Amino acid sequence: MSDALKDVYSILWVDLRNLRRHWRSLVATSLVQPLLYLVAFGYGLGKGISLEGVSYLAFVIPGIIALTSFSTSFSGAASKLQVDRFFYKSFDECLMSPVSLYSIIVGKALIGVIRGLISSFAILLVGLALSPMFIISPLFVLVLLVSCFVFALFGVLVAFVIDSHQGMSTFNSLVILPMTFLCGTFFSLSQLPAAAKAVLYVLPLTHSSECLRATALAQPFPFWSFCVLFAFGLAFFLASVFVLKKKSV
Amino acid sequence: MLKECIVTEKLTKCYGNVKAVQDLDLTVYSGEIFGFLGPNGAGKTTTIRIMTTLTKPTSGRVRINGLDVVKDTEKVKKMFGVVQQHLSLDRDLTVRENMEFHARLHHLSSSERKRRINELLDYVELTEHADKMVDTLSGGMKKRAAIVSSLVHEPEVLFLDEPTVGLDAQARRRLWDLVRRLNSDGTTIFLTTHYIEEAEALCGRVGIIHQGRLIALDNPLELRRKLGLITVETLVDNKETHYKFFADRAAATKYVQNLPPDVKTIIIRDSNLEDVFVELTGQKVGDV
Repeated sequence: MSDALKDVYSILWVDLRNLRRHWRSLVATSLVQPLLYLVAFGYGLGKGISLEGVSYLAFVIPGIIALTSFSTSFSGAASKLQVDRFFYKSFDECLMSPVSLYSIIVGKALIGVIRGLISSFAILLVGLALSPMFIISPLFVLVLLVSCFVFALFGVLVAFVIDSHQGMSTFNSLVILPMTFLCGTFFSLSQLPAAAKAVLYVLPLTHSSECLRATALAQPFPFWSFCVLFAFGLAFFLASVFVLKKKSV
Repeated sequence: MLKECIVTEKLTKCYGNVKAVQDLDLTVYSGEIFGFLGPNGAGKTTTIRIMTTLTKPTSGRVRINGLDVVKDTEKVKKMFGVVQQHLSLDRDLTVRENMEFHARLHHLSSSERKRRINELLDYVELTEHADKMVDTLSGGMKKRAAIVSSLVHEPEVLFLDEPTVGLDAQARRRLWDLVRRLNSDGTTIFLTTHYIEEAEALCGRVGIIHQGRLIALDNPLELRRKLGLITVETLVDNKETHYKFFADRAAATKYVQNLPPDVKTIIIRDSNLEDVFVELTGQKVGDV
């Protein structure tokens, strides 16, 4: 077990080196989008509106944190892995080394987790300054951590499955971007027709934003959503193992 | 007594209906530099990918030092180093960091890492470039950096896939010297190339693969002897060069003297491995 952990760190080590070299630009670019959302929707549009008994600003901040953890963890894991696979070819070096596939997958996901956490906490600080209603509990941190892990594993899986740069940007436009807007981040799903709800509850970000919002606003915690989020993480991990095994055939 | 190092038995790899490698039987012995030649697309890289566990064979098997590469993957991975055809260093890192990454993947302790990396940098004279980003190095230096990265865990076998593609003549010769030095220091080398003169310069034995099949296997001199040690080139109608092979100069001279007068530009020279290769594969290298 400790050997496996060492291997995970070895895989992560490379990406940490890279992060250390470029952290300013990496963090800055990941914050632009959520900050714009926060200003445009939370501060600009949402002033004076209230939703589900709280101000829209208080409502939307946990959603924006969820989408930050989602997009940063996902792209943080996926983009470097894709570069490693197609441009640097350095991913082959991992595959040819005596490190297990499981360690490789977790190691490659961790850089997404770390980047997701950094950006989410940065937005969190802004959120705290803007909204006095915001509560940070250990449960909130736990949900955020799990969310980042799930989304980073999602990024790893997608980077394994999609074999071209074009394919990746298509996936970003068709799946990732719509998810950031629709999965209960900016509005409550309770306002939607049943069919739309059904679709959105099949997406992991929906569960993440509901869990984060519930803890942040001291509402009843949707325990089953948290379980679903866990299940997504496990599914992404197993699918990654499967794809990686199949790729080496 | 020669010790078997890499042994393939009836190795076959199919991609759909295409047979990239067919019934390959090959033995590479410890301590040799073995050259694996073939036109582009002949199956060289596929064979290396199978030997280095990146690809699984459709049938047949490969053993390295007696261990099956499919069944004993983890153990086999410790025995070889690979330098791929395309640069596979992480270009977000320095040379030293790339080496350290390899060392970590191969579970070297912190003190071992430091010692081994400095030793290798010195070995290929990259010490002063160690802390530069990979992308700032010249092509030859990048290749040397890739080679020392793959040597960090002291592998017994080194796979070099087209090691000198894209290098200038100086860098190429320097790399050849490095390969010879590694070999004389005890590393078995399995090298693929489509530069025939590279195989001639380096390899004790060569195997020629064509359309997935091994069509010749011997030392370069023996292969030449089978074809004829002397080559006569003639140009007919200023269009196409014809090649004829003879056992010795006397036979070649006799042939030339009896040629009709309209045959021009006659060259008599020693045959080389390229002649063997072209005769066997029926086409110019790299021109499929």
